[in-house]
Amino acid sequence: MINGFQTKDIQTIRGDFPALQRLVHQKPLVYLDNAATTLKPTPVVKAVSDHYLYGAANIHRGVHHLSEVATEQYEKTRVTVQEFINARDKKEIIFTSGTTGSINLVAHSFGSMLSPGDEVLITGMEHHSNIVPWQLLAARQGVVLKVVPITDDGEIQLETVATMITPKTKLVSLVAISNSLGTINPIEDVIRLAHQRGALVLIDGAQAVAHQAVDVHALGADFYAFSGHKLYGPTGVGVLYGRREILEKMPPFLSGGDMIRSVSFEGTTFAELPAKFEAGTPPIASVIGLGEAIRYVLGHGLKKIENYEQQLLAYGTEELKKVPSLRFIGTAACKAGILGFTLGDIHPHDIGTLVDREGVAIRVGHHCTQPVMKRFGVPATARASLAFYNQEADIDRLVKSLHHVLKVFS
Amino acid sequence: MTQSTDLYQQLIIDHSKKPRNFRKIDDATHMAEGYNPLCGDHLWVYLKVDQEGVIEEVTFEGSGCAISKASASLMTMELKGKSVSYAEQLFQDFHGLLTGQDHHGNTEMMQRLPPKLGIFSTIWQYPARVKCAALSWHAMNGALHPVHQESPSNVAQGPLPSIPKVTTE
Repeated sequence: MINGFQTKDIQTIRGDFPALQRLVHQKPLVYLDNAATTLKPTPVVKAVSDHYLYGAANIHRGVHHLSEVATEQYEKTRVTVQEFINARDKKEIIFTSGTTGSINLVAHSFGSMLSPGDEVLITGMEHHSNIVPWQLLAARQGVVLKVVPITDDGEIQLETVATMITPKTKLVSLVAISNSLGTINPIEDVIRLAHQRGALVLIDGAQAVAHQAVDVHALGADFYAFSGHKLYGPTGVGVLYGRREILEKMPPFLSGGDMIRSVSFEGTTFAELPAKFEAGTPPIASVIGLGEAIRYVLGHGLKKIENYEQQLLAYGTEELKKVPSLRFIGTAACKAGILGFTLGDIHPHDIGTLVDREGVAIRVGHHCTQPVMKRFGVPATARASLAFYNQEADIDRLVKSLHHVLKVFS
Repeated sequence: MTQSTDLYQQLIIDHSKKPRNFRKIDDATHMAEGYNPLCGDHLWVYLKVDQEGVIEEVTFEGSGCAISKASASLMTMELKGKSVSYAEQLFQDFHGLLTGQDHHGNTEMMQRLPPKLGIFSTIWQYPARVKCAALSWHAMNGALHPVHQESPSNVAQGPLPSIPKVTTE
């Protein structure tokens, strides 16, 4: 058992994030909006800035030195990602614009291979990015979209999943960790159930990769999608992992430069993986920054990060429980560091504005999960989401600011 | 005291907890829906305008944050018994207040505004909340000038709204 971090470790880590040293409304920033995006450590920003300042060349096409260096850094990051999620082959790592881009790639490319009446199964706790691409696919070609309901605690039940995967189910697409409820889904079990019934599985790992070790090979995931910016990396870059034999059968999604073998007006042949799915100039600096972010996270150790964040989640849950009229939205037995809640009948936007003026940054709203809000009968929730640079003092500041909100509305 | 109390003054808390004119008008001559998909504020504004262009009654219903409810409540109090042309001018002036135009020295506009609405004079410092205060006003203006019928291509599924729908986007 690896423990979490000591206080001095956390102080060192916090020193890597300049944003944590700044004031917001004349108060030291408490950043608890990590599920929306994480802050960026200095080494990541330096890697991005170094590329732009000293080597802003395009990749895969130049023979000059700067282009060769940029290409090497870009392709080195592919290997970094491969090792990070334990993919067997670096060709299974596709750089995209983010989790949304990754899911859209699968919905368009893999989706185009589906027939009317084929089924895609999602859950009631999906982010809009894992709902709308499938609705559009359903509208395009008569694929049937089915939704696994969630319990009052914000969980899916495996018995229900098992009955909803039919011989027509071609893909099960679900979130590893819910961004609004914090639920950690039993994805190993869902993958096993789906594979027993001949369906493939896409895992939306946007909220997972920064908070727990991911092994796509051990999981048996067919697709795994995540974003760089929720992993201490830059915005505008994400990853789609896909099993090679599946990706090879899939047609291209976006088309243009870099994804071709040869082009003529009589016909075009496409490049091999992964270039087949990387049309156009990619976000080179962001990919390089993502590589640096992964090295940063691995340097601290994901098991340690997970343990520490679980301790902080337990503390936060206990402390928030003591706040009068606070109701948790998302009370699964197995949760990540996401605390969704309401406060009496005070609208979450009023909570958000008032705690912001105390220097506390949380997210308020529907978190791009409107069906979850409807399921729990609330227009919106307030959400505090943790990262490993947070500390118990941040929770204390949040609690104090919530008491201030209650006072304003008393 | 903290800065946030500048915005969350007692008048706003009071109107958000006990909104005035919070009901539907069954024989309304004008109505519109206001919806902010980003935060879920969702309300309906009803007006009963007579043949001389006087607003006999104006009400609202729906759900939203304290800012949106207080703004709607104060709007209905201010417009009852006034003319449609006054409502149009007030809409422009209030919009100017919300976007901080007064802050840049447009005092003529400020002088025209009823004093109670001055409680929104700091909201331009809260950019994410301007839409909350503006929602009912846009709905009111949309009800009086129903020209922004949403085009079917913007609707993913379901029937078109039967009444003009106004967002503060």
